[in-house]
Amino acid sequence: MNPAPSIIFFTTVSGMGYGMLAWLGLFGPLQLLSDRPGFVAPAMFVALLFIAAGLVSSTFHLGHPERAWRALTQWRSSWLSREGVAAVVTFVPALIFAFGWLFIGEASEVWGLFGLLASVGAVVTVYCTAMIYRSLRAIPNWHRGMVVANYLLLAAASGGVWLNAMLLLNRIERPFFTAVVLALVLLAWLSKILYWRDTAEPAGVSTAGSATGLGRLGRVALLETPNWEANYLQKEMVFHVGRKHADKLRLIAHFAGFVAPAVACAVIWTDVGWMNPVLAILAASSITLGLVTERWLFFAEAKHAVGLYYGVDQV
Amino acid sequence: MTDLPERAPEKRLGLVIDLDTCVGCHACAVNCKEWNTGGYHAPLTDEQPYAAGTDGIWFNRVHAFEAGEGAAGRTVYFPRSCLHCDDAPCVTVCPTGASYKRAEDGIVLVDEDLCIGCKLCSWACPYGAREYDASAGVIKKCTLCIDRIYNENLEEVERVPACVSTCPANARHYGDFNDPDSDVSRLTRERGGYDLMPEMGCAPTNKYLPPRPARKGGEGGDEVLADAESPGGVLGWIDRLLSA
Repeated sequence: MNPAPSIIFFTTVSGMGYGMLAWLGLFGPLQLLSDRPGFVAPAMFVALLFIAAGLVSSTFHLGHPERAWRALTQWRSSWLSREGVAAVVTFVPALIFAFGWLFIGEASEVWGLFGLLASVGAVVTVYCTAMIYRSLRAIPNWHRGMVVANYLLLAAASGGVWLNAMLLLNRIERPFFTAVVLALVLLAWLSKILYWRDTAEPAGVSTAGSATGLGRLGRVALLETPNWEANYLQKEMVFHVGRKHADKLRLIAHFAGFVAPAVACAVIWTDVGWMNPVLAILAASSITLGLVTERWLFFAEAKHAVGLYYGVDQV
Repeated sequence: MTDLPERAPEKRLGLVIDLDTCVGCHACAVNCKEWNTGGYHAPLTDEQPYAAGTDGIWFNRVHAFEAGEGAAGRTVYFPRSCLHCDDAPCVTVCPTGASYKRAEDGIVLVDEDLCIGCKLCSWACPYGAREYDASAGVIKKCTLCIDRIYNENLEEVERVPACVSTCPANARHYGDFNDPDSDVSRLTRERGGYDLMPEMGCAPTNKYLPPRPARKGGEGGDEVLADAESPGGVLGWIDRLLSA
């Protein structure tokens, strides 16, 4: 699949935003973070900014962005529509929660309830994003449960890493939260390793033989494409360029996305004084780079069944 | 609504494509383009039509495959267009209601005025039936020529999809699969019409007819030649010379 930059930006950045919001809404009311306005204000702002920036960017790849509101109408059947509805609905408790925490100075009791609702909304939204991909049978790489685990864990981990950085920038030490984030980064890594292991070889769900029904005659090979120059289908769904550097990119994703943030969190947890915020910032930058690389590969490595009509043997 | 029709469509209009008789002339694709560039989805935009990097929307594309190996192998021309699936994933993924399947005849359509151009339907279709028109910012697809098959301004004999009307080899057949006596139902029954990629679970309406087995004597080309009897005269002399 052709990785559209706007979709990569949207899924990674809004994922981080929803991860932050989920932790703020859950741990804020439980008094596990901090009520200091120097932390709460920028944390809520960055979380909502990430979410909003991602959502806006997701409209950039549309042919008719001015009609984007129509995407909220088909929630009964479409995961994309459900994602849109969940994203919009989540803003309501999130903004109420942010208002209470910032201006009333209260994150628990009734305000905390809105925090929990925002947290649930964040999880539901990311779940819907994942289901958009997971529900596509035409792309066997994506049509597996691990995709949902990947999206949820990566959002939770990256949001956690960012939130940890904002705590430590305020010199608020929360070893418990750092440990939670470390565990999430490792879990997210495990889920991604499992995804890459499961998709290392084509699943063989469909073949050129089943796509044409000519498998009964023996080996099926493409002789001529209908067109000499690449058409929309080939450019969008039979995308090869991204796979050229897949091995190197995967190393970057492993290291920047998981190893470096995990090591940084572990070191922060042991408490290295003034180095804590520096490491936390490095971890946040690193996981962001790693995630963008991971998301590029998620698209570039996914093989669409239509490729079977354009020379691919199996998907 | 992008829900599929609750009841099975009353009619299930679609095509039967005979891979035995298709000669790969691309006339169906060209006539499809010609009709539809003035039809429901007009225009079927061409980008850079006279320069390198040419691209454009086609609802029907003809591929060529080699099936089988050696003397038993054969070239099969393979026209590919929308299959108007019963369980069409392109419809249910649509977030806006632009994609729909008609309850009355099962035709899958796109309402361009509702389409936001997110392309997700083209991702959901395993068959590559939907193409994105970048200049119009919407997805376009085969309409089974709704503007022909119900068009009372046309002679009745012409009220068939453009691809069917033009096929010089009679390899394309149009009709109602819910009618057991229709041409398409009968051909599917008699010739073993099959679904493409049934494992994708889309339950396509269109069926493909397999190439017929090779005629007797058609098999084992190389051996037949080796056993050929040597004629007399000059030809026999050449044959003996070359066989040596």
